[in-house]
Amino acid sequence: MNLRKYLKVYKKFLHTSLASELEYKANILVDLITAILSLVGSIFLLSIFFQNNGYIGGWKFEQALIIQAIYTILNGVTNTWFNPNLTEIVKHIREGTLDFVLLKPIDSQFFISLKKINPSGFLEIMLGFFLLLFCIRINQINLSLSFLSLSLITMGCSICILYSLWFFISTTTIWFVKTWNAIEVLRSFLYIGRFPLNSFSFSLRVFFSIFIPIAFITTIPSEVFLGLSQMWKILLEVIVASVFLITSRKFWLFALKFYSSASS
Amino acid sequence: MVQNIIDVKNLSKSFDISSKEPGLKGTIKHFFRRKTKSLKVIKDISFEIKEGEIVGFLGANGAGKTTILKMLCGLIYPSEGSILVSGHLPYRRKENFLKNVTLIMGQKQQLIWDLPPIESFYLNASIYDLDKFEAKKRIKKLSEMLEIDEELFIPVRKLSLGQRMKSELLAALIHEPNILFLDEPTLGLDINAQRNLRKFLQKYNQETNATICLTSHYMKDITSLCKRVICVHEGSISYDGKLDLLLKKLSPVKEILIVCRSEKDAIKLVNSGFTVKNKIKNEITIKIENNSITSSLKTILNNFEIEDLFINEPPIDEVIGKVLIKKDYDI
Repeated sequence: MNLRKYLKVYKKFLHTSLASELEYKANILVDLITAILSLVGSIFLLSIFFQNNGYIGGWKFEQALIIQAIYTILNGVTNTWFNPNLTEIVKHIREGTLDFVLLKPIDSQFFISLKKINPSGFLEIMLGFFLLLFCIRINQINLSLSFLSLSLITMGCSICILYSLWFFISTTTIWFVKTWNAIEVLRSFLYIGRFPLNSFSFSLRVFFSIFIPIAFITTIPSEVFLGLSQMWKILLEVIVASVFLITSRKFWLFALKFYSSASS
Repeated sequence: MVQNIIDVKNLSKSFDISSKEPGLKGTIKHFFRRKTKSLKVIKDISFEIKEGEIVGFLGANGAGKTTILKMLCGLIYPSEGSILVSGHLPYRRKENFLKNVTLIMGQKQQLIWDLPPIESFYLNASIYDLDKFEAKKRIKKLSEMLEIDEELFIPVRKLSLGQRMKSELLAALIHEPNILFLDEPTLGLDINAQRNLRKFLQKYNQETNATICLTSHYMKDITSLCKRVICVHEGSISYDGKLDLLLKKLSPVKEILIVCRSEKDAIKLVNSGFTVKNKIKNEITIKIENNSITSSLKTILNNFEIEDLFINEPPIDEVIGKVLIKKDYDI
């Protein structure tokens, strides 16, 4: 893979999608306001849960806020990259415009996963980081190099797992043509990621760890921040993320053999 | 000797198609137990195309023209048989192969809708690893050939269909491919835009010796661009050869409208042994075989009082229309 070429193409992707989005100023403004209101609403909801009881699943409100911060960052990543690109796969396949992507001398997964960005998602990422910094202060967390690297690794793994799940579902469009509902179900499961895993019953904990690995997406990175995570859990998250990423890649290449393009 | 650039042998393609009975009952049945059957849309076809040739694929809707084109450019896998395009197996989509081909579809677009076409051109240039200087040079050259200038800087959504199609062509040709696959490129364009596009394709073929495979339902596209046509009928090739030979075979006679000086002369002409198509007062339309046109006209002009005379070619659409419904043409 020619890294220089891919960087050049990504720079062009950034430029063209920013230019496209900035054509519609009002839409950007509405998106920005929605991002702020959504975060305020989520914190308010969380505070209601903790109003009568100081602890939920062994987590204090200040600690649960870390999960909210990580969820906000991940949601920002979702809105910046996954939403504009991965939902478009369904459209590409239904309308047959995937033809243009497949005939370009560039990796098709790279093209369809990164072609667009939604700038308002950046605000969510920033808000999430601000909230995280605030949580670090109120929870009196000591920042060290090992702590920062572990946090980045677990957050990176979370993004990989989320991306792979979403990409996997979108790829099935090649056979099923319409998979919007499955993506919506995935998004609703992600909302659950705003709450500590321990606050759910044992069976649900198993479900969210094995079948839909929400636990890996928000809870493990949060535990790293609070110094509660064990090394085996972090290693497991790295393994799960690698397996998901490789599987989604193999699945895409396999699915393309069944692509029949849309009729003209 | 000119090399074959496309080599197709015993190519077949099948698709799994599901069918549904009408009504609510049919819908429910279709939801729970979908009946699918394998449909062979391309049946054991073979042909070769030489470098620099312009070949038109003719056929009715659903005959399989687009499927052939999509297999040639590597978008879909063949079920049986072999395809070699420029020495590559197209469905492997290797970088060297993709840098040599392009696909233009009249009803689909790759330009970024909200931005001027120039942005899409530079994006494509970076994908084909062209530096800014080279990209600029190629955009300038192609835009001059396509006669577009200011349109390059206007958002795509504000361009007319003709301007958009020209921009689509530019985006698809920026990497200077030597094999072009065009699927109904003039669809929906007005007469002038169609003519300009054809002029451009002719020029591009002459200047670069690019091979062009074209499907179109506009016969003018085929007659003005293609010396050779491949007729596809229900997934099989019904004719592969020169277009003019096909036309001669399909329309062996010409129609001649003769305006006689009087109705008396017209009646005399009717009774002289020519095949008369119709007669209205002093105007008669007769049919004459292509190989006896000169001698027949000489006889008519020498023996009858003629006021005017028109030789009509049968409409090309009508002639080609016969190809679309007939299975085999031996010429």
